[in-house]
Amino acid sequence: MKIGVVVFPGSNCDHDAYWAIKHNLGINAEFLFHKEHDLKGCDAIILPGGFSYGDYLRSGAIARFSPIMKEVIEFANSGGLVIGICNGFQILCESGLLPGALLRNRDLRFISKFIHIRIERGDTIFTGELNRGDVLRIPIAHGEGNYHADKATLQRLEENDQIIFTYCDPKGNVSEDTNPNGSQLNIAGIVNEAGNVLGMMPHPERACDSVLGSTDGVGIFRSLITAREEVAV
Amino acid sequence: MNPDTHTTTVEDAKNLGLTEQEYESICELLDRVPNYTELGVYSVMWSEHCSYKNSIAQLKTLPRSGSRLLVEAGEENAGLVDIEDGYAVAFKIESHNHPSAVEPYQGAATGVGGILRDIFTMGARPIAALDSLRFGRLDNQRTRFLFEGVVKGISNYGNSFGVPTVGGEVFFEDCYCDNPLVNVMAVGILKADQTASATSGAPKKAVMILGARTGRDGIHGASLLASREFDEKTEDMRPTVQVGDPFYEKMLLEASLELIASGIVIGMQDMGAAGISCSTSEMSQKGRTGMNINLDLVPLREADMSAYEIMLSESQERMLLVIEEQDIAQAEAICEKWDVPIARIGTTTDNGFIQLHHNGERVANIPVESLVLGGGAPVYIREQQEPVYLNETLAANPRELIGSITPSDAFNQLLESPNIASKRWVYDQYDSMVRSNTVQSFDSDAAVLRLKEVPGKGLAVATDCNSRYVYLNPYRGGAIAVAEAARNVVCSGATPLAITNCLNFGNPYNPEVYWQFAKAVRGIGDACRSFDTPVTGGNVSFHNESQEKAVYPTPTIGMLGLIEDLNHITPAGFQNKGDLIALLGEVGNELGGSELLSTLTEKVAGDAPAIDLEVEKRLHLTLLTAIQNGYISSAHDCSEGGLAIALAESSINSKEQTLGADVGFETEDPISALFGESQSRVVISFSLENEEKIKAIAQTHSVPYSPLGLVTDGDFRIGSYISTNVSEMAERYNTAIERRLGFKNVMA
Repeated sequence: MKIGVVVFPGSNCDHDAYWAIKHNLGINAEFLFHKEHDLKGCDAIILPGGFSYGDYLRSGAIARFSPIMKEVIEFANSGGLVIGICNGFQILCESGLLPGALLRNRDLRFISKFIHIRIERGDTIFTGELNRGDVLRIPIAHGEGNYHADKATLQRLEENDQIIFTYCDPKGNVSEDTNPNGSQLNIAGIVNEAGNVLGMMPHPERACDSVLGSTDGVGIFRSLITAREEVAV
Repeated sequence: MNPDTHTTTVEDAKNLGLTEQEYESICELLDRVPNYTELGVYSVMWSEHCSYKNSIAQLKTLPRSGSRLLVEAGEENAGLVDIEDGYAVAFKIESHNHPSAVEPYQGAATGVGGILRDIFTMGARPIAALDSLRFGRLDNQRTRFLFEGVVKGISNYGNSFGVPTVGGEVFFEDCYCDNPLVNVMAVGILKADQTASATSGAPKKAVMILGARTGRDGIHGASLLASREFDEKTEDMRPTVQVGDPFYEKMLLEASLELIASGIVIGMQDMGAAGISCSTSEMSQKGRTGMNINLDLVPLREADMSAYEIMLSESQERMLLVIEEQDIAQAEAICEKWDVPIARIGTTTDNGFIQLHHNGERVANIPVESLVLGGGAPVYIREQQEPVYLNETLAANPRELIGSITPSDAFNQLLESPNIASKRWVYDQYDSMVRSNTVQSFDSDAAVLRLKEVPGKGLAVATDCNSRYVYLNPYRGGAIAVAEAARNVVCSGATPLAITNCLNFGNPYNPEVYWQFAKAVRGIGDACRSFDTPVTGGNVSFHNESQEKAVYPTPTIGMLGLIEDLNHITPAGFQNKGDLIALLGEVGNELGGSELLSTLTEKVAGDAPAIDLEVEKRLHLTLLTAIQNGYISSAHDCSEGGLAIALAESSINSKEQTLGADVGFETEDPISALFGESQSRVVISFSLENEEKIKAIAQTHSVPYSPLGLVTDGDFRIGSYISTNVSEMAERYNTAIERRLGFKNVMA
């Protein structure tokens, strides 16, 4: 098992994701440089957070044209496992692997803090080790995390059970008051229809070590690793 | 006028911010009249900002060496402290006050960028930033504009670059209304044997420029904007403010660190104030060489820039690099990887001159030594005079000025004072967790980072300065700034190692300002000697005044502490219901310069609280010993708002904001006892079984110990004076700043 972490120019959570995978989860990790065309045999790919290409023009809009993204898109379309975190989520939306877009936060300010998310499905590749209704305490740090899609898309997301994380309070109640950034339906994370691509604004890699105040991110990575290993067996 | 051929006059010199005598010295040093380009280079190098001409004599009185210091203050771009296990920490604080007053967003953003470059030019990866900010009062519309702009500038630059902003201060006081202070501290980590030096090395090496193209932004930033007061012309100075690009800086970081790791770097220095002028001359001085620079080879944003403009440009995100000629191809390959432009612009020489060529002509020929601090740059010891205002402030009786108020009213007003209330509106905009090292940030006395490089160890960092105390008593105020910074670091479980300082004062040509400066520096020096925390460097910002009114003298202290074991990390908030609460230190009753006095009367009067450095040191020893033995659940120092506010903050910052305090406390004058700001005091909480052990440690070090009460499950009571609960306090404390800014959407 090996997980690749893509390094775009301006990625700044690449080292954090690498550290969490390698040192907190004990799984092989490898950096994949944006100029390359080789996924180096990785079993899953993380598009990390940061400000790829400075987020100039629009978050993720330039990164999707990187050489490595051609391979990542192909990998995802053939069933490969991909997680986009924060800026990675924005890149997945820009590249069409996930529907919708991430707009500026409702209050037009960057938000960095611990929040809570509720697990909406415990039966996906990314949540297999969690249960529906579980609440994770996990940080967000973004200026553009306000999930938006047209009505038909939102309806499809709901019908297909593609919404897997929503912003909630510590007890798991989801309401407008627990929505930090204005996301429609309090969406914090979604998967594609096939279920092999996850995009999420919160940072699970920052919640994998008890010294940092939370290990609630571990379950997400652990689920993915278990799912991949089961396939391999 | 062609600046390369124009024969200068005294008038030209004065327009560039130099004095008549300074112009005469330049003519003597050169043995001829400089042309305008040369005079421009002198004007920036001899500016207050670059030469430290009015401060260096005082700074030399500070303790600047210690067993852990790997470089002495002023020797490199930042201080370097040995943390053992093969690693070192680079850290420094710098001001960007004047640019932020004129253009808050870019001014603050480039302040962050500048200090980050100081760190990574030494080979260290930045792992934390802290911001010490001071503004006028929030009821002023321009203050709100400056405040919001500065915070946004810091947020956008730091977040995008990828350095966690983990701490700092925000303080509001009238004197900063026209002249806010924006001091940014950065901390980086590196392998102790992989340090890059800011030297030219030796003759016949290639001089390269790395990073952004040179444009017309920031010309005269150091000489004319930063080195004089604000007046009606200041608005016109906006073009002297640089424009930042954090994405470019991030690429420059990666390229620089990879260059240094490759082993080919002879010397490297970032370009901040005075751009190419400063980096070429300072590196040449250190390497005892000259430099032959062809300005036609400098990548430009605009084609028709003059030599004068190229030399004075303060365009951001640039580095000067010296390498062997044979290593150029390797350097180019590394820069190509990170899409960072690199160009050779010259060669080091053995003649000790900076020689500039432009359009095929030689346009400047200046002896390196004549330009720099420690060489030809002037050094002044200015006239000092005790300020007249002290007669009035020292004669005032703060307790009488406060008059009659119930402790409960005083308490509620203080919780809502912007200087005490939660600054979460600010810090929620800073990514405090990127790089996944942040253990504690804004809700504790010092920010704490674990070190992935040195497993099990951590760093604690804090900035501090109560400028009211410095205003009322510069010597004490300077000492208190260091003492409080050290106390904060100790409260979080760390041993204080070293400081960096950012000395913000008014016009040094005013004898009263210079008196404040000299006294404050003495106070800082004595405190640093007492705590064995040498000064590793920093910066001086004079001329912080407008309409002849100086800001309060504000020597901001950035303290670095080492946490030997991550188990020692101690929060400021209460942890367990039923824990005992006690005070280490005297109860005290000093209200001079207090937040209560200012909140109720808008006056800053009386004397600064007394400080006994020996007592303070014993307090640190007591607390650290108790923490390292695992006896302490929480520790929070008493500062603005005194004992009552310290207790309130330990409740508000308790686990999930659910714990309170029940404190039995009877005294003759509760106002002085509860809200006085006497020094050397810490509120601790601990489980019952540790009480006797802590008492014994306190006794060993002759530190007063007073039991206060118990941690409750939410109710908050101090004697018969204050009775409330944690959620009520939190509501006041957490929303005060948003309410003053007029934001309605206040999410918990």
